[in-house]
Amino acid sequence: MKYLILMHVDPEVMASLSLEQQQTIGDGHQAFMAKTTETGEMLSTHALGAPSQTKVVRSRNGRPETVDGPFAETKEFMGGYYLLDVESEERAIELASELPDASIDGLALEIRPVMFSAGADV
Amino acid sequence: MTHAPDEDLLRAHAPQVLAALLRRYGAGQLDVCEDAVQEALLAAHRQWPRDGRPDDPFAWLLTSARRRMIDRIRSDHHRRDRELAYAELWQPLADASTVHADESIWLLRLCCHPALSRTAQVTLTLRAVAGLTTAQIAHAYLLPEATIAQRISRAKAGIRSAGTNFPPPLGPGDRLDQVLDVIYVMFTEGHTSSSGTDPSDIRLSDEAIRLGRLVHEVQPDHVETAGLLSLMILTDARRAARTDARGALIPLDEQDRSLWNRDAITEATSILDESLTRGTPGPYAIQAAIAALHDEAPSTETTDWPQILALYRLLDYTTQNPVATLNGAVAEAMVHGPEAGLSTIDALVDLGRITDRKRIAAVRAHLLERAGRTAEAIEEYRDAAQRTLSIPERDYLTARARRLES
Repeated sequence: MKYLILMHVDPEVMASLSLEQQQTIGDGHQAFMAKTTETGEMLSTHALGAPSQTKVVRSRNGRPETVDGPFAETKEFMGGYYLLDVESEERAIELASELPDASIDGLALEIRPVMFSAGADV
Repeated sequence: MTHAPDEDLLRAHAPQVLAALLRRYGAGQLDVCEDAVQEALLAAHRQWPRDGRPDDPFAWLLTSARRRMIDRIRSDHHRRDRELAYAELWQPLADASTVHADESIWLLRLCCHPALSRTAQVTLTLRAVAGLTTAQIAHAYLLPEATIAQRISRAKAGIRSAGTNFPPPLGPGDRLDQVLDVIYVMFTEGHTSSSGTDPSDIRLSDEAIRLGRLVHEVQPDHVETAGLLSLMILTDARRAARTDARGALIPLDEQDRSLWNRDAITEATSILDESLTRGTPGPYAIQAAIAALHDEAPSTETTDWPQILALYRLLDYTTQNPVATLNGAVAEAMVHGPEAGLSTIDALVDLGRITDRKRIAAVRAHLLERAGRTAEAIEEYRDAAQRTLSIPERDYLTARARRLES
């Protein structure tokens, strides 16, 4: 089953991290990618730019209009994702829990099953 | 992938050649043996159209694959002498009589190695026994080829580390339960693809039925094998009526029964009837009997619901599987009215025996609709639609809710 692990990030929390903490997070993600690639569970991952670089296209009077983003008016925003192929939801949760983000207050991982896929590499 | 007329023939022989090689070399050599078989198949693709199909295609393939194994052994310097001596001792290669009809079953049992996860078992079976390419399997699962390749190599490594040799079969029924389960998983994944836009990926279900036939051929007296084969054919017989032109699901009671494959139903029913004289039915045979009653009835009204209800009770008793009870609630509603079905479900939920909220919501929605409790039915349809990961199913449930609203 395919699961998306969305990394939710709070820019204030990220800014308050020490250099060592940032290094630990970077190393943790490297190790996670190596591991899930080895097990064949990794499909893809992408990291996204900051909210300040985000635009939103939404309807205004039935016509598309571009405004500054992000979409939701919250402190947290989506910083990136992992797309995995795992045996079960339990396994997706287990893997998400191993990500360094899972051990930092103020960050969170959202796990959602994939309902449909299409594209050049599926 | 080419579609030469010999394709089916090659696909049918490939697992037997592979099994014959594995018997010689042990399951730990799965990688090497598989390569040899692939090379032999390629050679056949090249040479048969030019030279004509050999009189004994199986012997040709076995000889060709075995030559490649010997080539490989010769190139292995460390083991050269020992392996060559071993190779000399082999019986004549093209002797088809040394090959037993149950080679494919042996291979199936190998793929259903208990050390592997169910997903790995199914993937390896599709590759080694059904003879699908990595690309075909990847397409069926909407996954990248690299992921399927990883799954296959992980599965092979799992078999290797669990013991280089496949444990000798303890008897004809050895590991048969796992084999049947793997085939059924393959079938259901093809029949009601659990996610995606296509409600029925024909290839996987066809493969499952082909393998089911194979096992049944070798184990004609095994009731559950016959039951599973019959169940798959009976379910598959309704394929043309299951969806409309846009791919939307059509429920059983609204299907155009003239589209059901009558020949298939007749065949499956006779397989089932014959097997039931041989022993006690298990879960597959009971489910096949239920499917047969559905398939034989000209309409929902004339369906033998009391007997279906009795079979569901037997299934529940045999398997203790709450899903059987949930499905039985539909039969209960047909016999004793929708409120009776609903109270059966409520009792199940109260006991905490069912955790599949989606199935509960979908079944409750139908029964509530039939009971005339429209508002509650709409709510349950919407709830079920939100919980499913199948797009056709979601659209069906949403359409059902809309219809009640208007």
